[in-house]
Amino acid sequence: MKPPPFSYHDPRTVADAVALLGRLDNAKLLAGGQSLMPMLNMRFVLPDHIIDLNRVEGLSFIRESNGALEIGAMTRQRELEFSDLVRRRCPLMHDAILEIGHRQTRNRGTLGGSLCHLDPSAELVSVAAALDATVTVQGPNGTREIKFADFPAGYLTPAIELNELVTAARFPLWPEGHGYAFVEFARRHGDFAIVSAAALLTEDASGKITRASVTLGGMGTAPVRATAVEQALVGNVPDDKLLRDACESCRTFEALDDVHAPAAYRQHLATVMARRALEQAHVRLPSAGKATAH
Amino acid sequence: MGETRKIALTVNGTRHEAEVEVRLTLADFLRHTLGLTGTHLGCEHGVCGACTILFDDLSARSCLMLAVQADGHAITTVEGLAPSPDKLNPLQEAFRDNHGLQCGFCTPGMLTTLTEFLRDNPNPTEQEVRIAISGNLCRCTGYQGIVAAALDAAKRLQGLPPSPVQHGH
Repeated sequence: MKPPPFSYHDPRTVADAVALLGRLDNAKLLAGGQSLMPMLNMRFVLPDHIIDLNRVEGLSFIRESNGALEIGAMTRQRELEFSDLVRRRCPLMHDAILEIGHRQTRNRGTLGGSLCHLDPSAELVSVAAALDATVTVQGPNGTREIKFADFPAGYLTPAIELNELVTAARFPLWPEGHGYAFVEFARRHGDFAIVSAAALLTEDASGKITRASVTLGGMGTAPVRATAVEQALVGNVPDDKLLRDACESCRTFEALDDVHAPAAYRQHLATVMARRALEQAHVRLPSAGKATAH
Repeated sequence: MGETRKIALTVNGTRHEAEVEVRLTLADFLRHTLGLTGTHLGCEHGVCGACTILFDDLSARSCLMLAVQADGHAITTVEGLAPSPDKLNPLQEAFRDNHGLQCGFCTPGMLTTLTEFLRDNPNPTEQEVRIAISGNLCRCTGYQGIVAAALDAAKRLQGLPPSPVQHGH
């Protein structure tokens, strides 16, 4: 349970980090270390080089710009948790952060690390899918943007080149007064979710849903958007029956079958968690109390 | 020995300089290089919380950090909590009075975790305490004594009289 031998590099600039990535074979980037360090200790990964990003300048920031939150890759989960801007403008992210691990891990864990490790159950990965985030990566030829829908290339594998690193992500904001909820089912507090659901809703003056986003985490190799549920809600005033019927479609998603839960159980949980997230999100809309659903 | 680096850091207020192997974890550096064996290692992959230390006053799992990453930083371990070798601090006293430990293996991680928690949240609810220690595993106490100790410590730290839970055995 000790890390294997490697060469250690701690660049101070993104340009230097990119140059190292281009020059070194079998290198791994070390961000907050809350996933990579266990993998090193257990020797699931055997890199020849570790490029530590913790001393790189300019990768830690949270700012609002052009209707989106822009967040630097090395921003700690703790900084997101205690950010007034995040709580006010992106409450879904705030609620999701509280489900990530524990205080000790959120003090170190980073946005960029979570996105690149790309655990299918990871909360920030689901938030990125729910908000249609854009990931900014930098390589030897400059920067490029990747829509989050195109970011997962497979299990634990982001669609970035070996000589590129993620520098930031943009999370488009929903209007003031939108409904939101992040719920998950885990065996113990702080465990990875077996299934999680993120929901976002807006409505018109009559209480009809005008826009919906429903994301399921923990099902397949990456979070999935429940587009059938989103479509079933838009244009309607949600009530118990509509939510229940619409979420039934989540049972058809492909699901992992592993030691934590069989696929059929995850598919069942998907219908339940999607409904619970939507119920909570709906209650947070301005029409809550006037609506018939509850 | 593989690649090494010189580092300089502060541990419990004392400055240390050392040449360390770059793959050495911060936990092993504290325990083996500095001899501060109060920091315990249970799982070595970030699950049990026994190795929790304060890194620039924020709790972190020292098995998930490299010693080289601590260069230029300040670390507090369980050895740095008590005001003197013959005196416990209020949190430690509350642990003693509330049966907050039995074998003591998880205690260093519990104490460092709760030091940060009670600093940031001086008047917590029981539920908040349970969430705060959810990343620290204890196999003896059933957590009840630890939760009672944390709530009692919060009172002591606010200058209120101690209120240890009376155990019926």
